[in-house]
Amino acid sequence: MRKIKAAEIGAEAIGKSFGSFAALTDISLTIGRGEFVTLLGPSGSGKTTFLMILAGFEAATTGRLTLDGHDLTNTPAEARAFGMVFQGYALFPHMTVEQNIAFPLKVQGRTDSDIKRRVGEMVEMVGLGGHSHKRPSGLSGGQQQRVALARALVYDPPVLLLDEPFSALDKNLRGQMQDEVKRLHRELGTTFVFVTHDQSEALALSSRVAIFDKGTLQQIAPPKEVYERPANRFVAEFLGDINILNISDVSVTPDGAQASFEGQSLRIAGMPGTPSRVLAVRPEYMSLCLTRPDTGNAIAATLRDLTYLGAETQLSLASAGQVPLVLSVPTAALPTGLTIGASVWAAWPPDRGIFL
Amino acid sequence: MPTLPRSALLIAPLIGFTVLTYLVPFLGILRWSVTLPEPGLGQYQTALSDPLVLSVFLRTLRICAVVTLTAVSAAYMITLLWVRGSPAQRLAVELCILIPFWISVLTRAFGWLALLSNKGILNTWMQSLGILSEPLTMVRNEFGVVVGMVHFLIPFAAFPLASAMRAVDERALLAARGMGAGRARVFGQIFVPMTASGILGAALVVFVFALGFFVTPAILGGGRSVMAAELIYLRIFQSPDWGLGAAVSVILMLAVGAMLALLMRRVRPGRPQ
Repeated sequence: MRKIKAAEIGAEAIGKSFGSFAALTDISLTIGRGEFVTLLGPSGSGKTTFLMILAGFEAATTGRLTLDGHDLTNTPAEARAFGMVFQGYALFPHMTVEQNIAFPLKVQGRTDSDIKRRVGEMVEMVGLGGHSHKRPSGLSGGQQQRVALARALVYDPPVLLLDEPFSALDKNLRGQMQDEVKRLHRELGTTFVFVTHDQSEALALSSRVAIFDKGTLQQIAPPKEVYERPANRFVAEFLGDINILNISDVSVTPDGAQASFEGQSLRIAGMPGTPSRVLAVRPEYMSLCLTRPDTGNAIAATLRDLTYLGAETQLSLASAGQVPLVLSVPTAALPTGLTIGASVWAAWPPDRGIFL
Repeated sequence: MPTLPRSALLIAPLIGFTVLTYLVPFLGILRWSVTLPEPGLGQYQTALSDPLVLSVFLRTLRICAVVTLTAVSAAYMITLLWVRGSPAQRLAVELCILIPFWISVLTRAFGWLALLSNKGILNTWMQSLGILSEPLTMVRNEFGVVVGMVHFLIPFAAFPLASAMRAVDERALLAARGMGAGRARVFGQIFVPMTASGILGAALVVFVFALGFFVTPAILGGGRSVMAAELIYLRIFQSPDWGLGAAVSVILMLAVGAMLALLMRRVRPGRPQ
């Protein structure tokens, strides 16, 4: 399998305003050669605007872009020629699959035999053999997205930009296409920048996740890190459920910190983040006990609701002070004979609490 | 036998009106064409062999072809500005399309006459500016007819073109640019083919309309550039040759019908983009 050139992209203090509205403020990041970076955020967070600036379809109001260290800020989109995959596929309806994929090669003025060979290779690579002479309207959504991927990759662009490419697909197809994109990235080694609002997609695909909110970059780190060591409350709450505890009497100890919550003394080990008055714990790290456990942290609570989800069961609790708690417990590990209204304990190891 | 839905009754007066005012007279014309002055297909034979009638048919076809080509190309550029221009451009173009559209065809033909005739505004200006020494003949010939017809038909071409252009997926154009295609290539190889159905629809509408044009050629052609519709008028109202007039009508009607059938087939809805 051919390995193609991959480029490094740099953004320095990129800002974008539409009139008085600041769509992006001071975005600085570097995307390394062959990296797979996901831009994640709710709608209106600026992630798509940032992608459009990378592509060259929008001009940044302030800041500078570089490609392998060369200034790119004022280079028009057609001169950047990054591969681009859109949510609605954006195929050319009047061209066959083959002609769609050949288009960027024709733009580059490649020879007919070269075009034929590469298009053939690409059609095989995305598993569209036998569909070459069909029009896009004769293909399923997944097949159309494969054509879009092949068309964006066939000319070995230095960077591939993907704008929520799978949000129109159903769940199964989406999983298949995610595997496909992961495989293409592994095989081709191109730099991928992928926009999504789906946090599980971002965690599953990327080498690093950049989280956007209200036009600012909140955190950029590997999936495990953004999930387990969120930089702030927005990131923590955006990436799945999290229990937020407003703690008091925080004091630093040799092995971490100590605090109290509703009269219970809590220990925080491993110092994730700087000590503050907000402690966060992921639902899957909390376990349910019928009596107070001997070790670790525990809060007395009342069981409010129980949702069976197959392998896991989601429990809704309320602490003595009516703070809502969510626990995600393996169904197999659930104590028997639980009833709504029962007095229980929510427990977690000291190294699973995060200061926000 | 399936019974007609009750709602069909509601539209019955309209159908009755159409039958009474269009179908019955047309059947009358059809009868004249094969009975006057004597029964048989003699008038069709005359219509398709008389050099005068043939020259009118040829001129009609030629003028319609030129008008279609000119009106659709002009409308394409105007509509492009209408659909994709800045808000101010859109408003300006919209007014330029709609205001003439609301003015009667007769008024517009006389307007062009005032502008283009030998003692008209354009000739007078150019002569007093010293650009011309002799007036330039721009009416009472095919040029005048074409100008008047193109002007009248541009809005009819603009509407189908606009709906085709609005249906173009902006992202396909972005995708093409992103792959390195310059503006000219994006326009020629992506945008124009993506609006092909609109171009075809506009061309057929303009052509079909142009075939039956009467007022504009009569005024701006000044009796020299006679087209099929004017020929029918002359045969029925001025020389008592109703049979030939009727035969030419039927031929024109068939031509229009064939074009419309083609139009319906090509722009049938339900073709996914």
